[in-house]
Amino acid sequence: MQLPLGVEIPIPTFEQFIFLQVALLTAVAAMAVVTSRNLFHSALALTLTFFGVAGIYVFLEAEFLAVSQILVYVGAIAMLIAFSIMLTRSMMYGRTSPLNHQWGKSSLFAFLFFMGLLAFVSAIPWPAAGEPVLADEALIAALGKEFVTSYIIAFEVLGLLLLLALVGAVMLARDR
Amino acid sequence: MQVTSWSDVFSGWLAGFGLPEWAALTLAYGVGAFVLINYGMLSVLLLIWITRKVISRIQDRIGPNRVGPYGLFQTAADAAKLLSKEDITPDEADKLAYNLSPILAVSGVLMLLAVIPFAPGLTGMDLNVAALYIVALGSLGIMAALMAGWGSNNKYALLAGFRVVAQLLSYEIPLILAILTVVLLTGSMSFNRIVEFQTLNLGGFNLGIGWIGIVMPGALLIFFISSLAEAELTPFDLLEAESELIAGFHIEYSGMKFAMFFLAQFLNAWVLAAVAATLFLGGWQGPGVGLPLIGPLLGLGYFFIKVYGIYVLQQWIRGTFPRLRIDQMMYFAWKVLVPLMISLIVAQAIIQKLPTPVSIQYVLLFIANIGVIAIVANILQGYFRAEQIRTKRSFEPTSLIGTMQATDKGSMY
Repeated sequence: MQLPLGVEIPIPTFEQFIFLQVALLTAVAAMAVVTSRNLFHSALALTLTFFGVAGIYVFLEAEFLAVSQILVYVGAIAMLIAFSIMLTRSMMYGRTSPLNHQWGKSSLFAFLFFMGLLAFVSAIPWPAAGEPVLADEALIAALGKEFVTSYIIAFEVLGLLLLLALVGAVMLARDR
Repeated sequence: MQVTSWSDVFSGWLAGFGLPEWAALTLAYGVGAFVLINYGMLSVLLLIWITRKVISRIQDRIGPNRVGPYGLFQTAADAAKLLSKEDITPDEADKLAYNLSPILAVSGVLMLLAVIPFAPGLTGMDLNVAALYIVALGSLGIMAALMAGWGSNNKYALLAGFRVVAQLLSYEIPLILAILTVVLLTGSMSFNRIVEFQTLNLGGFNLGIGWIGIVMPGALLIFFISSLAEAELTPFDLLEAESELIAGFHIEYSGMKFAMFFLAQFLNAWVLAAVAATLFLGGWQGPGVGLPLIGPLLGLGYFFIKVYGIYVLQQWIRGTFPRLRIDQMMYFAWKVLVPLMISLIVAQAIIQKLPTPVSIQYVLLFIANIGVIAIVANILQGYFRAEQIRTKRSFEPTSLIGTMQATDKGSMY
């Protein structure tokens, strides 16, 4: 599109248009997580953010990752957060301020972390970009194979960690 | 079997009018979503009618018979009544969570319809991770219940919300594991491929009865039990036991918002029946679906017969079973279903790697599944016997214990 002053505005394709909406939703929800005055609303906004991230995964043609994201983050982690908020009485009824005395330091570190990530992302030559993506079941099968070959140690350690968490939960909950 | 997808056909037809490809595809999927959502919402009218008729018959009543033929429009009249009711929001409610929750509950279930294969080539969206998608979106319903319980600002609603989460999360695990057995057998998470796996060709003619449920009845049984719990149906309907637990997490809701929770619940029962039919009973498979022209129509017919059959079975159980206590429910999920399902999966993984022909593997799988059913039945029998003895003891006149003498006519009992 050509504006009078010679400014060129790129018309987004349909896919980009949807992507912009999803990205905007994710960003707004992420902002709401930190600015909301009610902790439960923060948790709800966080859930929406997880959904937005899943949407971005869909745009990256990683459907398996997107669905896993919803399963793990919305189905388990968001629920856990909501539960812990609900069982904390003072937070449940009172309106909490989103700021505390550490906001100056933490915003500085958040900014530094963001700059670090930005430098990291721009410096790395992404090898996979432009290569054909494995489709459908081949992708999931390849993922599974990687888990039990290259990343076997991490996989086993994760399994052990989950087992320990399970045993710990049972220990806490049992009758004495 | 080569199946053309409805979206290809429809968008191709639209592109014939000179629409660019992306516009045709978007329009096609838009129309598909419109049809599916409206089908989902309207079919609930039928589902509620079926429920009422089935339960009436079980209870020796006639059921709705005034509005429309056979009382078919009774639910429409009820919906009109609910719409005209006052919409009450409690003063101290969290408005955001309170108002968003019914919408989330309904949309979470409606989104599940997208991956259900209704007939050959008639799937809203042929996702290659459909089985995982079904499980993942189930968590939306849990979130909705939690939001409703918390947003109402009512102690009982909040407690009921926790109860919902406890039940749904517990029974999600055997449900996922039962789905996993099918994924393990077919090597695919796409519903279309799972249905096509259940083809049984005999002399070039597709009989369509190579159902997974025949080979794995144990997994089918456990899936069905967990789906009853997931849909909050009897015997797992203690979440909304009106007479004892003041209706559960939607106690503060009235009018259309209340109706939306019920809409979500009925539709969820139907969707889970559809998933059970797809995974274990062949979906649209049946004799003659491979035929040209008439095949897809037959497939649609078979699919609906199976799904509504399972739905009627669910309502039959609803009309005849008593309700479980929460401790019995949790015991059954964690100590019976989950260990059994895990051992079944381990057994299946070993069986499928055995160097034997596929037919022998199937026989071994069948034996393992029968074993699972036997163990479930045995545990339940032992439990109910113990419960029966306990109940009988509690009615004994304890003051008379020890004073009664055995006579030659036999004891009093």
